[in-house]
Amino acid sequence: MFEYAPAPESRDVVDIKPAYGLFIDGEFVDGSGPSFKTVNPATEEQLAEIATASSDDVDRAVRAARKAFGVWSALPGSERAKYLFRIARIIQERARELAVLETLDNGKPIRESRDVDVPLVAAHFFYYAGWADKLGYAGFGPDPRPLGVAGQVIPWNFPLLMLAWKVAPALATGNTVVLKPAETTPLTALLFADICRQADLPPGVVNIVTGAGETGAAVVAHPDVNKVAFTGSTEVGRLIARAVAGTDKKLTLELGGKAANIVYEDAAIDQAVEGVVNGIFFNQGHVCCAGSRLLVQESIHDELLDALKRRLGTLRLGDPLDKNTDIGAINSAEQLARIRELSDSGEAEGARRWSPACELPERGYWFPPTVFTGVAQSHRVAREEIFGPVLSVLTFRTPAEAVEKANNTPYGLSAGIWTEKGSRILWTAERLRAGVVWANTFNRFDPASPFGGYKESGHGREGGLHGLEAYLDV
Amino acid sequence: MVSTLTTSLADVASSGATLRAFLHGLPGVDRVGADQRAAMLGTRSIKTTAKAHAIDLAISMVDLTTLEGADTPGKVRAMCAKAAHPGDGAPRVAAVCVYPDLVAVAAEALAGSGVKVASVATAFPSGRSSLEVKVSDTALAVAAGADEIDMVIDRGAFLSGDYTKVYEEIVAVKAACGDAHLKVILETGELSTYDNVRRASWLAMLAGADFIKTSTGKVSPAATPSVTLVMLEAVRDFRDRTGRQVGVKPAGGIRTTKDAIKNLVLVNEIAGDEWLTPEWFRLGASSVLNDLLMQRQKLATGRYAGPDYFTLD
Repeated sequence: MFEYAPAPESRDVVDIKPAYGLFIDGEFVDGSGPSFKTVNPATEEQLAEIATASSDDVDRAVRAARKAFGVWSALPGSERAKYLFRIARIIQERARELAVLETLDNGKPIRESRDVDVPLVAAHFFYYAGWADKLGYAGFGPDPRPLGVAGQVIPWNFPLLMLAWKVAPALATGNTVVLKPAETTPLTALLFADICRQADLPPGVVNIVTGAGETGAAVVAHPDVNKVAFTGSTEVGRLIARAVAGTDKKLTLELGGKAANIVYEDAAIDQAVEGVVNGIFFNQGHVCCAGSRLLVQESIHDELLDALKRRLGTLRLGDPLDKNTDIGAINSAEQLARIRELSDSGEAEGARRWSPACELPERGYWFPPTVFTGVAQSHRVAREEIFGPVLSVLTFRTPAEAVEKANNTPYGLSAGIWTEKGSRILWTAERLRAGVVWANTFNRFDPASPFGGYKESGHGREGGLHGLEAYLDV
Repeated sequence: MVSTLTTSLADVASSGATLRAFLHGLPGVDRVGADQRAAMLGTRSIKTTAKAHAIDLAISMVDLTTLEGADTPGKVRAMCAKAAHPGDGAPRVAAVCVYPDLVAVAAEALAGSGVKVASVATAFPSGRSSLEVKVSDTALAVAAGADEIDMVIDRGAFLSGDYTKVYEEIVAVKAACGDAHLKVILETGELSTYDNVRRASWLAMLAGADFIKTSTGKVSPAATPSVTLVMLEAVRDFRDRTGRQVGVKPAGGIRTTKDAIKNLVLVNEIAGDEWLTPEWFRLGASSVLNDLLMQRQKLATGRYAGPDYFTLD
């Protein structure tokens, strides 16, 4: 036996303060709401006390952003670019600190925060820094103008990466922001506030207000906010759409998904298995574009499932700070309860449940990688977003049936196609109603590529040239 | 893992057409995905006790190799001494690997040591000769005392689609091996695609290979992690299908302890720990041994000795 000895990343690289305030107008200030705790979901240990921003605090933040907007939007694009490049470089310099903090607060494996999240965050800032002085060539007229103050509300699954997706294009185009991180994962956003200060970003350009749903609602509803950007659940997205309706606020929503990962019989099987694993078990399945429905052609169902189960037997679940961990902790007790409830419904409705032999730690929030076979389209596990490490396996007989089943969902964020035949990739992709279609890969992200959904997965695009439009008055 | 085939594997080689149909019916390998998986496994962090275990395991899997035109009996004897006693209580290596004319020297030097003698054969490294020459090259090495034969496939025949020629040569060489183990070198650097690597792996296994080996060490790229991964998948699938286990030997380009440990991680997570013995996995290398010994000493003492404390043989 070749047992890997524990290889934990040192947590000494981060200095977590006992309590954090709000970041408004370039200063950390107290919040007027009751403070709340943020915990390490892998151990349930308290990491810090976090301030809650009341609607008055949000108002102060919006006023600071409004004031800064005058200065910031008047800067030449090349000057704004300098700040963004500086931020990107500081993120790279402090990459280890950011990765460890993200893993502590979120529960994701350090391998992912180190190799995926933080490098993509830096890449996003570099990418939009490059656009700041070239907006006249982006196809929106010779001198497209910013909108003003952007109110941004982000989720807990990729706390820092979602911040980057929101803040980088907003700043590059000359807007200022008031951002509310998720209640369970505020720490990297607060470290980002420190990075803004280190980069000498003018006060008020970035403001960070922490709190729960009410704080987010106050950001969205504030009358002096010109643009609302939200990533999160479809349920909250609906509330936001209602709150914004009838105002002239510009809105982008990036919501849930129930993506199909379609494996044709002529797929490269070993890589398809990897893609399925990466599609649903990456980040414990806390991914809006996760490939949570595996659609496999009937003729290779048994073969693929055998290979998949063997592969899942090698996944390493445990201490997220261990560099060899593949599956970390579920982000919160609330999310764990939701995953359990939906998984139980899968069994109750007649699907077969399977998990590899794996020991769950005693403390913290954990759920084993789980596969449901014999799933029908009518089962809840095939229709509802679980947002956890739970895969539903369905079968199809023909390409037309694959497309029909893949599209038969209220969502439309992403999809995957696995085949060695190029023409089949194109045929399928043309018919899938999903914002992102991956071919022979899954969960690959690049700042140059637009991302966003069809149907109830939201509207508007983030990333790439398309991502600029959401922050310009065009 | 192989898509449903009505013919049994025994009939696969009955004609060029069936052999071709079988090899081209194997699932493809997606290069991007295979590279990504190999790179991910390269990030495994093997520390402390796991590292100590891995270093000793890696040493015991080394096929210590010299394949130079300038090789002499003296050079081979020196290498054999190191192979049997690497020093400081380190385990002996698995085998030494030499040209056929030096097999007798190595066999004498290693008699009773437990270290096997392997010989390259079959017009190594290009394989460009007649079957007659290849078979007598093999017979020469076996007669001189080789326990293992490392043959090369005819890459020209493989790339031109003449799978039968490649198959029949392996069968003929296997017959000439007698009791000696046969390692079949695919020279993956010349096969170029991972689909070809998978097909050549199956072809060699169908023809009776005891081991499949990546490279001669004379062509670059040699044993890349991705190629080793594809071959490990092949032996795993072949055993699932036939019940027969075949070994894997990456060779060429493995120079550091890190490289060696990455290979062990690949074996562990792709084929499984049943392959994690010198019987089923070898590392074809020469300079890696000193790095393994140096890291071994560092782990035991906490300090690096200078390179002069490790013998150059």
